[in-house]
Amino acid sequence: MRLTVTNLAVRRSGRRIFSGLSFGLGPGEALMVTGRNGAGKSTLLAVLAGRLKPEAGTLAVADVGEASLPECLHVVGHRDGLKGALTAEENLAFARDLLGDPALAPREALAELGLAHALRLPVSYLSAGQRRRVALARLLVCRRPLWLLDEPTAALDLAAQGVLAGLMARHREAGGLVVAATHQALGLDEARELRIERPEPDAPRVPRPGDAPVASGPGLEDWA
Amino acid sequence: MWTRLSNPGHFMRWSGALLPWLAGLSAAGLALGLYLSWFVAPPDYQQGETVRIMFIHVPAAWLGVFFYGSMALSAIGTLVWRHPLADVAQRAAAPIGAAFTLICLVTGSLWGKPMWGTYWVWDARLTSMLILFLIYCGIMALWRTMEDPNRAARAVAILTLVGAINLPIIKFSVNWWSTLHQPASILRMGGSTIDSSMLYPLLTMIAAATLTGVTLHLYTMRTEILRRRVRTLTIREAERLDAGAVAVAPARVGAVPLGQAL
Amino acid sequence: MIGTIRALVARDLVLAARVGGSGALSLVFFLMIVALVPFALGPDLNLLSRIGPAILWLSAVLSTLIGLDRLFQADEEDGSLDLMTGAPVPLECVVLAKVTAHWLTTGLPLALASPLFGLLVALDGTAMAGTALTLLVGTPALTFVGAVGAALTASIRRGGLILAVLVVPLMIPTLIFGVSAAQSATAGTVPFATPLMVLAGLSLIAAVVGTAAAAAALRWSE
Repeated sequence: MRLTVTNLAVRRSGRRIFSGLSFGLGPGEALMVTGRNGAGKSTLLAVLAGRLKPEAGTLAVADVGEASLPECLHVVGHRDGLKGALTAEENLAFARDLLGDPALAPREALAELGLAHALRLPVSYLSAGQRRRVALARLLVCRRPLWLLDEPTAALDLAAQGVLAGLMARHREAGGLVVAATHQALGLDEARELRIERPEPDAPRVPRPGDAPVASGPGLEDWA
Repeated sequence: MWTRLSNPGHFMRWSGALLPWLAGLSAAGLALGLYLSWFVAPPDYQQGETVRIMFIHVPAAWLGVFFYGSMALSAIGTLVWRHPLADVAQRAAAPIGAAFTLICLVTGSLWGKPMWGTYWVWDARLTSMLILFLIYCGIMALWRTMEDPNRAARAVAILTLVGAINLPIIKFSVNWWSTLHQPASILRMGGSTIDSSMLYPLLTMIAAATLTGVTLHLYTMRTEILRRRVRTLTIREAERLDAGAVAVAPARVGAVPLGQAL
Repeated sequence: MIGTIRALVARDLVLAARVGGSGALSLVFFLMIVALVPFALGPDLNLLSRIGPAILWLSAVLSTLIGLDRLFQADEEDGSLDLMTGAPVPLECVVLAKVTAHWLTTGLPLALASPLFGLLVALDGTAMAGTALTLLVGTPALTFVGAVGAALTASIRRGGLILAVLVVPLMIPTLIFGVSAAQSATAGTVPFATPLMVLAGLSLIAAVVGTAAAAAALRWSE
């Protein structure tokens, strides 16, 4: 699959998070999104995941048949999407049925992350690090070409970080894509880096008589 | 033409020029309508002078429904075209529509006292207006609880449309309910036949009240636009100050694209 | 697509069973309101049996309301909704599956338990059966209308009260036809089938409009 992002701009609550953001990713490539806290890393991932509507710009996928962008990606973020009352196996089995295209069985996926013993434990009994690993195991139960990881190493110990790095390397060898928002090195070889900085504040604009009327598109919120 | 008129900047200009005329026209219309309905229209042979409440009650009811209709149209504008003015129009219409609905309820209740001997009767029309008022309240409440104007606009637009689909159903069911419980309703408001001596003052009042409502609506829209300008400018000012504060850090401009060109 | 929907329904049913669910709670709430009415009106069985269907319907509306606020909020908070956005089905299907599961755990038990609670307000057999049938046909309308409110308030903290304010006016038609159908089962001038048909129609309309509107509210909810 190939992902192309062109001139992306996002606003939240009227604040401009970033604008003019463009990048492209091909098979086997990885992108590390870095930047200060609040710079918009998670926002970018939310836009890619289809949870947030961009103000402007386009997101295009190629070579995935008719699937839309949200249908060809996995998200693992701060909110892990696990139900505490269900066991790790049930959570993974649900994800597999929901997302389709099954790969590993929940048991094998958990074993990959060294959590085979947690198979039948309710997720609410697990520690933060273990929950994160269950969420990461979701990457393995169904086949999806793009992985969106938001601070994937948070709450993970060194051994688990190594396992994650191995998983990502294997995924990329098989032609997968990885987009990770992170503060620290993830062990991604030859990953490109996208640094989100604070945007320049909009220059105050005074409407002039000759202003072109805008019916849609960017600038909708330019009330001033 | 239409896109030109509906750009916020243009809107502020043409509405600012139009408003004094509209205000004067509606004041004149209201004065004429009130004169006609108080001094020219004859008292009703059954209801006497109390029938004059009708000249306020009926226009208020019409405007309550009219503004809900305009809100539903604006909601479509918000959802389909994401037009900023559509949201402003909707937001401005809600309190006005609610106020007219309330006027309709109060005058209806005052009219009910001499007619029915009690301030409130669960008459089908009054009950429908009461439910309309409740829906208005829900819409305004949703607006107040959502901070982000974009999210609020979308949520309220969806709620307004669901309400618009529901209103005919509510009207129908309330009618059904009312015939079920008061099969012999002798006292119907207004009545189907109305003498021309009362009809013309009533029509004048309806026209004048609509004009007043539109004037108020434009005025509220202008206020809302100004409020949003203030909000945007404040946010920008905060961003500017913030950017100045961290100027010591090596600040690069904008989001940095990757080395690879697309 | 069917598999996805089945997975969603099954998960919500399991969750409702494990967490002790809003289903059991709203049933208790239902019983409490039915029990409150005689304290307010006095224990006159003639009066109670006359307004019995109305009491049961009013209680059903109120107890539907209390379970609704967590319908989408729980999934919004823990990120499950992000997961569902990625499912290869439209969001409408997700909403439909979740609302169906919610009705199976709240509306259906309510309808099934209503004859039992009918005893408390001295309903006879016909009235009991009539009320249970109308609840069976009408509670989907309540749940679907409520789902719109639940979706609109999914990201609002403490959205329960605002949810009630939003959806109660929209539930009035269902209440009117539900009560009038239940009452015409035993007495009245209207044949039982007429309001029941309208009630079924209301449920169908609510299913279509409610699913579309709730999905629209959840999409780009941030």
